[in-house]
Amino acid sequence: MTETIHRAPDDTYRVLDENGELVDGAEVPDLTDDELVEMYRYMKLARRFDERAVSLQRQGRIGTYPPLSGQEGAQIASAMALADDDWIVPSYREHGASLVRGLPLKDTLLYWMGDERGNAIPAEENIFTVAVPIASQIPHATGMGWASQLKDESDTAFMCYFGDGATSEGDFHEGLNFAGVYDTPNVFFCNNNQWAISVPREQQTATDTLAQKAAAYGFEGVQVDGMDPLAVYQVAHDAIEKAKDPDEDEMRPTLIEAVQYRFGAHTTADDPSVYREESEVEAWKDKDPIPRLETFLVETDRLDDAAIESIEADIEDAVADAIEAAEETPRPDPASMFENVYAEMPQRLEQQLEYFQSIRDEYGDEALLED
Amino acid sequence: MSENLTLVQAVRDGLHDGMAEDDDVLVMGEDVGQNGGVFRATEGLYEEFGDDRVIDTPLAESGIIGSAVGMAAYGLKPVPEIQFSGFMYPGFDQVVSHMSRLRTRSRGRFTLPMVLRAPMGGGIRAPEHHSESKEAFYAHEAGLKVAMPSTPYDAKGMLIASIRDPDPVVFLEPKKIYRAFREDVPDDPYEVELGDAAVRTEGEDVSVFTWGAMTQPTVEAAENLDRIDVEVVDLRSLSPIDFDTIIESFKKTGRAAIVHEAPNTGGLGAEITATIQEEALLYQEAPVERITGFDVPFPLAALEDYYLPEPARIAAGIEEAFDF
Ligand SMILES: Cc1ncc(C[n+]2csc(CCOP(=O)(O)OP(=O)(O)O)c2C)c(N)n1
Ligand SMILES: [Mg+2]
Repeated sequence: MTETIHRAPDDTYRVLDENGELVDGAEVPDLTDDELVEMYRYMKLARRFDERAVSLQRQGRIGTYPPLSGQEGAQIASAMALADDDWIVPSYREHGASLVRGLPLKDTLLYWMGDERGNAIPAEENIFTVAVPIASQIPHATGMGWASQLKDESDTAFMCYFGDGATSEGDFHEGLNFAGVYDTPNVFFCNNNQWAISVPREQQTATDTLAQKAAAYGFEGVQVDGMDPLAVYQVAHDAIEKAKDPDEDEMRPTLIEAVQYRFGAHTTADDPSVYREESEVEAWKDKDPIPRLETFLVETDRLDDAAIESIEADIEDAVADAIEAAEETPRPDPASMFENVYAEMPQRLEQQLEYFQSIRDEYGDEALLED
Repeated sequence: MSENLTLVQAVRDGLHDGMAEDDDVLVMGEDVGQNGGVFRATEGLYEEFGDDRVIDTPLAESGIIGSAVGMAAYGLKPVPEIQFSGFMYPGFDQVVSHMSRLRTRSRGRFTLPMVLRAPMGGGIRAPEHHSESKEAFYAHEAGLKVAMPSTPYDAKGMLIASIRDPDPVVFLEPKKIYRAFREDVPDDPYEVELGDAAVRTEGEDVSVFTWGAMTQPTVEAAENLDRIDVEVVDLRSLSPIDFDTIIESFKKTGRAAIVHEAPNTGGLGAEITATIQEEALLYQEAPVERITGFDVPFPLAALEDYYLPEPARIAAGIEEAFDF
């Protein structure tokens, strides 16, 4: 029984305060210095990628893009707590978590460039395909965990990510209820970034916390400071352990509410100035997870200016390389939209494909494209 | 007096006038309040009518549609918005099992004067699940009316007709043409009758039936075809469909093409073709051509132009019907 998981739902777990100092009595998670620096590097990389992606969208080089800035601590630390065989079942904003799990940034870019190949997760990575319909991935995560149990596996956890708004959907209830009933090895990780587009968290539910909703399903729900990567790591780690190897009187699933903030727009198509005050954003920026972790690492001699500089240079290159690789990828073959619809193409679809190719031959692709 | 409006502004205008003339009308949905809707279709309504009548709901389509059903049954006239038609499905049970048939099931005791609005269709480089055309689902469901305007004037007039209608209307807005062009739209409320098609271009050779965002490229294709005198009929209403106008046009031309962006199989083109066979077989001079989306999931943005019928493909289909 770990105290990170067995606590009142509004008793937010913290390790670092806003200034990057250890909270009284808090323990640093059991990570090597290298792993802690790696966590920092991933967070910086996710932030830099995010900045570049937003600006690529502004230049018309990618399509609509959902920024993650402010949410790096929750995403990176929770994903780092997983073992190689574990799975993540993401929403559309988990570029950071997916990065940790091995999804190339180039693929993330391709997806938001409207190229289906960005949705083809490399075969060796345990990352489920992005879910855009809110909360619809939650029952999938439950089903995967349930299947793993039915297959007599005992060492795989399934981490499902979703937002605060998602907790209002029926799929949230059904997914968590099944998880409770079948005691599945799941961690339900709610990225409560305070907003579902323009709707604030307070209008989403009348409960004080999202974490407390877990009580209705018979398992634990805890809040963690989602902008404190060390706290997120610890809580995620303990929830993953419990999913795999619960105590006799424990249930496997856990709901984690990671309290955080979306610094940017909901997506590049959104204008947050219509519905929220800049002062609110500024107040949350004081909790920015990156300087917090940086201060902690510097003050505990795990990181110095030279190392920061080299990390920054390194991530600049990594992001530039990903952008170059995505932009140099030849446009998808138009006929590829007919592929992978079925294991075997039905005759009617074959005929449509044939017709499509004849139209392309006759008129040329230029004529089929919007100007 | 009139104003030069885009289609989405005309929708907003229709909502405004519908609310102004009847206190029972209210708007509800995700981000429709202070944000004014993700496409600005409800802009300014929250400020004018307040949060009792312009309601930001939790993120839950079954909750939105189901509670609108309850409100309508209890005497209000809700106009719920589903942010994109691709996100209708968590609430689809409410649409199919209740919204469509409460009048029937309660033998007329409970009726649903409600309008379920949703932007639909492709062509704006939107992310996954944002671009489908599934009007056939709703037209397939007895008890629902289905409207899809293709001009600002129709958008306002059909929306007001829908709000005043005693039955539930699914009001699908082709978002590709939300801001594509402007048109003079009267300031005062007016109705464009549901169930009434509009002949956009008159012609003698081939009748082309279409709706929504496909109307414009169809008219364009017709204009490019110098040697063929094309009649373009914009159905506007997809349930009920104005078969009188369809059959009348077909009897004149004896040749038809149907253009829709929805997938071919089970699309409304099939329904129109079948009705032509039933009602006007002896006038028929050529197979009815269908120029439609393909039977594949709507592709991500990089390929959407290839999926959607555009003037070249539409013209080819019309020629096919003409040259047979
Ligand atoms: C079923 C469904 N309804 C509506 C939408 C449109 N939509 C996309 S994101 C979003 C808000 C999601 O908020 P939240 O769950 O808090 O996640 P966040 O975007 O803040 O990460 C909405 C309403 C959708 N994608 N799916
Ligand atoms: Mg949110």
